[in-house]
Amino acid sequence: MNPFTYVRPTTEQEALAALAEPDTIALAGGTTLVDLMRLEVMRPGKVVDLNGLPLNKIETGASSIKLGALATNSDVAYHPDVVAKLPALADAIRAGASGQIRNMASVSGNLLQRTRCSYFRDPASPCNKRAPGSGCAALEGFTRMHAVVGTSKDCIAAHPSDMCVALAALDAVVHLKSRAGERTVKLVEFHTVPDDHPNVESVLQPGELVTAIEIPTTPLAAKSRYVKVRDRASYAFALASAAVALDVQDGSIKDARVALGGVGTKPWREPAVETALVGKPATPETFAAAATQALAKADTRPDNAFKVELAKRVIARTLALVASGGSK
Amino acid sequence: MKPSVGTPIDRIDAHKKVTGTATYAADTDVTKVAHGVIVTSTIAKGTIAGLELAAARRSPGVIAVLTHLDAPRVFAGKKAGGPGERVLQLLQSDVILYADQPIAVVVADTLERAQHAATAITVKYAPEAAVAGIEQALGSAFTSKAIGHGEPDSNRGNVETGLGAAKWKLEATYTTPNENHNPMEPHATVAVWHGDELTVYDATQGIFGVRNRMAEVFGIPKDKVRVVDQFVGGGFGCKGTPWSHVALTAMAAKVANRPVKIAITRPQMFSLVGHRPHTIQNIAIGCDAEGKLTAIRHDVINETSRFDEFVEPSALQTRILYACPNVATTHKVVKIDAPTPTFMRAPGESSGTFAIESAIDELAFLAKIDPLELRTRNYAVTDPQMAKPFSSKSLDKCYRAAADKFGWAKRKPTPRSMREGHELVGYGMATATYPANQQPAAAKATAKPDGTFLVQAGTQDLGTGTYTVMTQLAADALEVPIDKVRFELGDSALPEAPGSGGSMTVGSVGPAVVQACQALKAKLAATTDHTQDIVAEVKTELSKDKDLYSLHSFGADFVEVRVDEDLGIIRVARVVAAFATGKILNPKTANNQFVGGIVWGIGMALQEDTVRDRRTGRVVTRDLADYHVPVHADIPAIDVISIDEKDDHVNAIGTKGIGEIGITGITAAIANAVFHATGKRVRDLPIRLDKLLG
Repeated sequence: MNPFTYVRPTTEQEALAALAEPDTIALAGGTTLVDLMRLEVMRPGKVVDLNGLPLNKIETGASSIKLGALATNSDVAYHPDVVAKLPALADAIRAGASGQIRNMASVSGNLLQRTRCSYFRDPASPCNKRAPGSGCAALEGFTRMHAVVGTSKDCIAAHPSDMCVALAALDAVVHLKSRAGERTVKLVEFHTVPDDHPNVESVLQPGELVTAIEIPTTPLAAKSRYVKVRDRASYAFALASAAVALDVQDGSIKDARVALGGVGTKPWREPAVETALVGKPATPETFAAAATQALAKADTRPDNAFKVELAKRVIARTLALVASGGSK
Repeated sequence: MKPSVGTPIDRIDAHKKVTGTATYAADTDVTKVAHGVIVTSTIAKGTIAGLELAAARRSPGVIAVLTHLDAPRVFAGKKAGGPGERVLQLLQSDVILYADQPIAVVVADTLERAQHAATAITVKYAPEAAVAGIEQALGSAFTSKAIGHGEPDSNRGNVETGLGAAKWKLEATYTTPNENHNPMEPHATVAVWHGDELTVYDATQGIFGVRNRMAEVFGIPKDKVRVVDQFVGGGFGCKGTPWSHVALTAMAAKVANRPVKIAITRPQMFSLVGHRPHTIQNIAIGCDAEGKLTAIRHDVINETSRFDEFVEPSALQTRILYACPNVATTHKVVKIDAPTPTFMRAPGESSGTFAIESAIDELAFLAKIDPLELRTRNYAVTDPQMAKPFSSKSLDKCYRAAADKFGWAKRKPTPRSMREGHELVGYGMATATYPANQQPAAAKATAKPDGTFLVQAGTQDLGTGTYTVMTQLAADALEVPIDKVRFELGDSALPEAPGSGGSMTVGSVGPAVVQACQALKAKLAATTDHTQDIVAEVKTELSKDKDLYSLHSFGADFVEVRVDEDLGIIRVARVVAAFATGKILNPKTANNQFVGGIVWGIGMALQEDTVRDRRTGRVVTRDLADYHVPVHADIPAIDVISIDEKDDHVNAIGTKGIGEIGITGITAAIANAVFHATGKRVRDLPIRLDKLLG
């Protein structure tokens, strides 16, 4: 691990001042950052430990739930209001990592989780995300875990988060603060696709701090689920996953949200599938037909081509699950 | 007194392990120990054209930096040339033979400072095109003599005639990937020199093998080397032979002039300590209208390194499994630019039973005969290859007991005919087998004046229960309670015992312990002065019966899988297995071994896959997040039936070894169950869900 300096501010002002300095990174749960520092993938000169800040509250409002940036994944996933009002979010967090990791990992850290691309994690391999301009070893490499949408000629790394897929479906908003002031960004606009700058992964600016994530508690969100398909029963990243919310009245679909994980370079919302659902009867035929609209512009490789069909089937399965109101 | 052998006592060392007081190699407390880090190559083939070492040498806390430019000259080759010895890479030249080969060792006062200094080394390479997989070089396959047991080829009867006479036959290719052992305890070595005497604390399955190798490498007498390893956190074969890091640690300690510790990192576990090699296995098999086998051909090709040979003997069991008159087997290797493979739990039988026991299932389906029935119609009462009786064989009882408990009779023969909700249900079964190996061993028993007994042998406990069962054997032989006996192992200063591999620790060391205790008892009976230590030491010889009988264990695995019809998700829903392995010394530790083997078999069938980038030769799946082994949620109820089996020929205590048979057969049973569930035959491990989509 590269030597670094460490500060632990106790006020937001101190934190924002510290984060405004160059070569600085924020530390929350540490489950990604410490791992990547040990691997020499990230070599920050200064680490700002945010755990002295009072940012771990989960607040239920009249029309939303607001998750403090430092709330742990476990606290969110088992919070009774989250379980009742945002079931897809509870599902998604519980489907990620392991119990021990969820106890440490934070909401903001999960939002900013780095990819699990094996070439990104191996400093001996070229990687435009880790070392801009060095090339992409994944393009012609082993790509079973890589993205099929949102890719570019410079990067095909998949976004690894489960939580963010549920947040994308549930119209979450990210609260940001810097010395210049506060702003909010829709979650679906927070992450960016790689294009020719894979090292930039979100609209978060240098010196800016994630303070909270807010999710509307609509009737739609209360009828949501997340289904994840992976190579083993636990502690594995998604091959394909789907977060789905449905508003069904008198057997007819009034509104729908569909987002995919494991297939995109960012949490992948599927408006075409949503459009294909609205106004139709909530039947297996509708679900199967709508699912075929997903991933129309997929960019596949031999190792990951199966993800396109798999993702469509996961969407259909998740829609049926939500419509039945049943258990997996 | 009631014997302890045969009772399920708790492990003698359980308390130490769960309280963290068991001293593994890296835990050894050595004064002034410095920490070493091995730097490895990022290319798979070529030479080192330049090294920038100044920054590393200047880095805080650095004591020494060793490279090929200045490392002491030592012997890194093979003298004996046996299958248990490997050519080492000890910084003796600028040549790179595989990716992640050791090219430097950095020693510093703390581990963190050594790690940091290691990142300051810059290497310039003159790379050459590497061959990273055998499919790129199959034309160069050749027959290697480096097979552990017997000859690489066998031929009885006439396979072509037998295939010609077959009513039903098939030819198919089965493949298994590279796999890595990944014991929880990574390899670690602490080396201490006192003048020209070397003490090595090493995570190893064979302390005497390490002693002999260090003597060879440094050109010193064996009696100047002492190797200690009192606890091993899993061996599985990768700790069966000393690898480069052991000698590099001793070399670094010599250069640094102080004790040095090196613990291999998890990513290095994929390149520095061997792997199960990728196999391509071609099988041709046929039977007559009644299901009697007429011929089997089983040809195996596996990868090996450019500079050394290792044979994965995947066709050995095919010679003895069935009463088939015409059987031919071959083993060939292909040299590529990769590290040397090695033994991995049931080397040969694990990968080989996947192929042959899948092929038997395919043949049974063709012939419309129940797969268990087809196996029983071809039951080998005697060893069909050696034309000798088995010392004992209870496979028929294993088949019956496990089939009954599993409910095999409820299986509907047609694939895709059983389902529940989203899930297709499949039943599959296969035969398990492993040879009963043994070697001579020595042991020493001491009666103490306080009425207790110390029993010692230079063997190892890989976490399997050696401490426990040897204590039980000794207590029974001495006719005292187990708490009067202390058993010591893991030190080459003790009487010599073989390495713990090939499931042979109990069958080799057990008789020596019993005989030493019996000799001590005779001495005690002949003396009245018990104020001094009274000692008896013995060395066993292999039983003469070994040449008269064929020595093998057998078992049967029955598996239910559930496959999500849309999503392809495969889960093993239950396993019932029966094993007949001679005398069981401790049902609790034995069950651990059987279940552990089955769990690993589930991983081998569905998950394990070391992926090497075909362009660079580097392993892509370098950690336990990318290299999958089963998690708890993958593992169902596993019901193991231990069949009582008396064997008066195998050795003096009637045991046949239990460490490896559990991982044999199970992968084929799962593949066969997946076929029964889905109608899809997967001949390429691991069976992941994308192979079932569509």
